Amino acid sequence: MISGLFDPEKLAEAWEIIKSQFLLATWETLYVTLLATFFACVIGLPLGVLLVVGEKGGVLPLPKWIMQVLNVIINLLRSVPFLILMILVIPLTRAIIGTSIGTTASIVPLVISAFPFIARLAESSLREVSPNTIEMAQSMGASPFQIITKVLIPESVPSLISNLTIAVTTILGYTAMSGIIGGGGLGKIAINYGYYRYKYAVMFFAVVLLIVLVQIFQSLGTKIAVKSDKRLKNK
Amino acid sequence: MIEINNLSKTFKTADDTIEALKNVSLSIEDGDIFGIIGMSGAGKSTLVRCINMLERPSEGSVIMDGVDLGKLSDKELRAARREITMIFQGFNLLMQRNCLKNVCFPLELAGMSKPAARARALELLDTVGLKGKENAYPAQLSGGQQQRVAIARALATSPKVLLCDEATSALDPTTTNSILELIRDINEKLGITVIIITHQMSVVESICRHVAILDSGEVAEVGEVGEVFSHPKTPAAKKLVFPEGGSEAIAACEGQYFIRVVFNGAETTGKPLIASMAQQEGLVANIFYASTRSIGEKVYGSMLLSFESRDAAQKACVFLKDNDGVLAEEVNRQ
Repeated sequence: MISGLFDPEKLAEAWEIIKSQFLLATWETLYVTLLATFFACVIGLPLGVLLVVGEKGGVLPLPKWIMQVLNVIINLLRSVPFLILMILVIPLTRAIIGTSIGTTASIVPLVISAFPFIARLAESSLREVSPNTIEMAQSMGASPFQIITKVLIPESVPSLISNLTIAVTTILGYTAMSGIIGGGGLGKIAINYGYYRYKYAVMFFAVVLLIVLVQIFQSLGTKIAVKSDKRLKNK
Repeated sequence: MIEINNLSKTFKTADDTIEALKNVSLSIEDGDIFGIIGMSGAGKSTLVRCINMLERPSEGSVIMDGVDLGKLSDKELRAARREITMIFQGFNLLMQRNCLKNVCFPLELAGMSKPAARARALELLDTVGLKGKENAYPAQLSGGQQQRVAIARALATSPKVLLCDEATSALDPTTTNSILELIRDINEKLGITVIIITHQMSVVESICRHVAILDSGEVAEVGEVGEVFSHPKTPAAKKLVFPEGGSEAIAACEGQYFIRVVFNGAETTGKPLIASMAQQEGLVANIFYASTRSIGEKVYGSMLLSFESRDAAQKACVFLKDNDGVLAEEVNRQ
């Protein structure tokens, strides 16, 4: 496999494929990743807030059974491997998108797999806010809603950004996997050309591009997180 | 006026119940600076949190200007908390907001418009001596400055009562004194009642008018600071007045007469006070205990001196009190 990688003839062939396919594939990967992250945040972030404020002794304690149901759902979804989940949610995907195959269709399993992950990440970010700070807000007459919007979330923004970056890079990895069920993007190219048609140079290039994308997201995320953190003095 | 009536608080754990407060009754006059002192675990923090209902008392009531705080609805209680604000040992500033916005925080909660809140916050930052720091973030400030921001924030809603929960315990002696001076200033200028929770005798000595000594959840003694510390009756009070060695050691000194000297910013650094007392007045003192420190030109802290006769002790009091910032009083050890 490796020996064939640098065969000039195969490289030239791979280059042709790359030139004709990769721009669209990269765009598809980005589009799926960002849309899936967005919808996963819309569902996951409020759930993360609920996990923190709703527990016993929290800012807004919820009935115990609600918290238990919430935890069970999140743990359940998080324990199903993404490859299996993609297949399990096919009926749901069909109901929402109209088809279970294709780039847009792959957003549904991605969101379902990512929102519990984001809920847990948000939970851990929000827990970093000191109970003393929350007590301060209560002593000043803050309502539970004000504590959430003016203390819990703003105080954990740097941590939320760091964790969101982890989520984006993880989702990016999953989009590549969705190539197997017909999702578009770099993953599809790697599988279709590299695996099914033995064009390893194409696969290699797809992987390199995925690595570059992860690097870009990660350094961008870290940079924004550090910049937003007012606890760091020397900037 | 705040009245705390028969207040008890018990915490239930899986296999134990802890009585943090037992039948505490205190009344605190408007405009007073009231100290609540006790060792760690005496229930001070629980008591202060019961005053603004951050902890719900198990029994008893807290009545402020005739209103029973325990009977208020959540919404009414939140409004009442704007009148009883609090500062903390750890400052508890919002680290992602600058000073100005930290001070604006309680005003935002109260629904004040942004420009009005901003103007009020700027004025308060000036009051606490932080003019020009409005755009600095808490992490860029020293501990003392952070506590000043916290004080400005606590004053924002024009409260009637300021609760200080070990507000100076994380600060060095110099900063402690400057913060205490600021609190005294606020008390005098704005007439705000101040309740100070502390384990530091020096804090109570330097600014409180009344003090309650809390011991294992109970009020051991309460009264004027000078009175309580010069005539300690209970073991808890004696432990505070005669630290390190305690009342056992002092009991051995039969026939000795004690006086307690408090240096509260006395300008006596350059004066050999005890030696000149011996030379000029012939009063020979035995220094039983001393904990003083000089900050700049001033001395803070206290000393316990013993004399052979009651007469000598009384004369020494008169001699020492002649110095500015020095308090001296006979101590009754019975």
